Amino acid sequence: MKAIAKAFLRHPSGMLGLVILLAVIVLAASAPLLFPGDPWDTVAAPFTPPDTDGMLLGSDSLGRDIAAGIAHGTRVSLMIGVTSTLVALIIGVVVGALSGYVGGRVGEWLMRFTELFQTIPGFMLCILLVAILSPSIRTVVIAIALVSWPQVARLTRGEFLALKEREFVQAARCQGESPLSLIVRYILPNALSPIIVAGSLSVASAILIESALSFMGLGDPNLMSWGFMIGAARTMLRQAWWMSFFPGIAILLTVLAINLVGEGLNDVLNPRISRK
Amino acid sequence: MGWLKGLAALGARLAKMVAVVLLIAVFNFMLVHSAPGDPALVIAGQSGATDEQFLQRVRADYGLDKPLPTQLATYLGKVVQFDLGYSHRQQRTVSSAILERLPATLLLTLSAFTISLVGGVVLGSLAGVRAGKASDTLISLLALVIYATPVFWMGLMLVLLFSVQLGWLPAFGYQTIGVTMSGWDAVVDKLKHLALPAFTLGMLYLAIYARLMRASVIEVSHQDYVKTARAKGASESRILWRHMLRNALLPVVTMAGVQAGTLIGGSVVIETVFAWPGLGRLTYDAVLQRDYQVMLGIFLVLSILVIAFNWLTDILYRVIDPRIKAA
Repeated sequence: MKAIAKAFLRHPSGMLGLVILLAVIVLAASAPLLFPGDPWDTVAAPFTPPDTDGMLLGSDSLGRDIAAGIAHGTRVSLMIGVTSTLVALIIGVVVGALSGYVGGRVGEWLMRFTELFQTIPGFMLCILLVAILSPSIRTVVIAIALVSWPQVARLTRGEFLALKEREFVQAARCQGESPLSLIVRYILPNALSPIIVAGSLSVASAILIESALSFMGLGDPNLMSWGFMIGAARTMLRQAWWMSFFPGIAILLTVLAINLVGEGLNDVLNPRISRK
Repeated sequence: MGWLKGLAALGARLAKMVAVVLLIAVFNFMLVHSAPGDPALVIAGQSGATDEQFLQRVRADYGLDKPLPTQLATYLGKVVQFDLGYSHRQQRTVSSAILERLPATLLLTLSAFTISLVGGVVLGSLAGVRAGKASDTLISLLALVIYATPVFWMGLMLVLLFSVQLGWLPAFGYQTIGVTMSGWDAVVDKLKHLALPAFTLGMLYLAIYARLMRASVIEVSHQDYVKTARAKGASESRILWRHMLRNALLPVVTMAGVQAGTLIGGSVVIETVFAWPGLGRLTYDAVLQRDYQVMLGIFLVLSILVIAFNWLTDILYRVIDPRIKAA
């Protein structure tokens, strides 16, 4: 563990990502302190350009503070990114582990089902789910998890197929360990590092999907989010570029940081199969 | 015996397509029934003002008073006949609304697909051949940033640059409205409108394929047959184009097949940004009006489109590598 942390500290782009990511997390945590009011409140004249009247990033068409919206939106993006990835990891690991461990016909059918899921245009599936089940944090998380799990499942299956024939697993099987214990205590811990990497990259793509959903007007209507801000400002692009520009930068930086951390983790955790 | 194998492959493909269509139809059915409230209301796409007569017709049409399995059978029977229901909002059948919008979506997705493949292969080969040099770093860095950019925001920023600031390209729509053009002018006008949306949609995949192509070129360049070609005195460009490219292309084409689903899903957002009159724009309107039948129908049609794209990549794969017979 210590060795991994040390190696990561020496990984330049991974560390850059980590620093940006920590800044984003601090912003999310301190949003209620930095911008104590409700981000939906009118606090300035509408269409205030950036850096005037105390509005650092300007105000929107209803006089709401863009900077406050971004700060509060950070919480929504990170929360949805992490929760939907956790749900996707649970589904993906269970399906992948079953398919890889059991193998045979059951395993093959599970994989066919997974592949079928990957054929479906994922974003359209998200739109449908959220629109019909009515937009809320819960439905958005479920929708994103449903389009994210197949990748985890395929990865987990591959790891399980490779690991289950290894000597240490066979030795444990000969000692009479139950299949559940073999899966959870012997195989899974050794398959964990690629799953962690896939999970971290999946947080980034979940944030992108969430922003696109709220851009289309399918976010939780009670929460200020980056995608919603851009969607609401879209028709005023000519008059007020800052309304859509800054929230987009926030998404870009956050997703970039997570991707950098993920790739850094990949290099550190899987040194043999990392970039050739 | 060759044609027999080909026939079997065709059969397997059609079977996969039927499986996907059925899966989606069952999924749509479950979704309608898991939504809160009366399924008839969901099918009718009405939450506010209700037209009782229309609701009655929907209930009778879909057998909503019968047990669930019968309802499912009725629904599947309709889908198989491409009867996707009636949109009360649009006052027309869902299938006719979709068919009218399909060409625009086909044009957009096929253009984006071509741009991403050609651009990705060219940039990726350049980066791979010059691995470690400044242009390689630049291309890799660019790919990293594009990866992290939300596609709708990228579209808006390109509009800001090319339409608002520079005035080179139109910001939205399919053609210039209010002017009748013919022949060459009309084609150029359409291409100008297509440029920004197609490029924006293709850009992410361009980045993905460029990174993949780069890795692939680097790997292939260590192969013995490349060394042989070099030893024979073949020029570097001949080695790249005649010897390396075909082999390096294969993983990229495989990836293009895998990514078809997300590319087509992405067109929904892009069409919304650029007011492109395809299925994505129709989806956006349907979302605003809560017109569920239209959304369910588009979901089905887009999934079929993904399978068609998968076939296209299979054909590409076989053209590039003739050793592979019908897979």
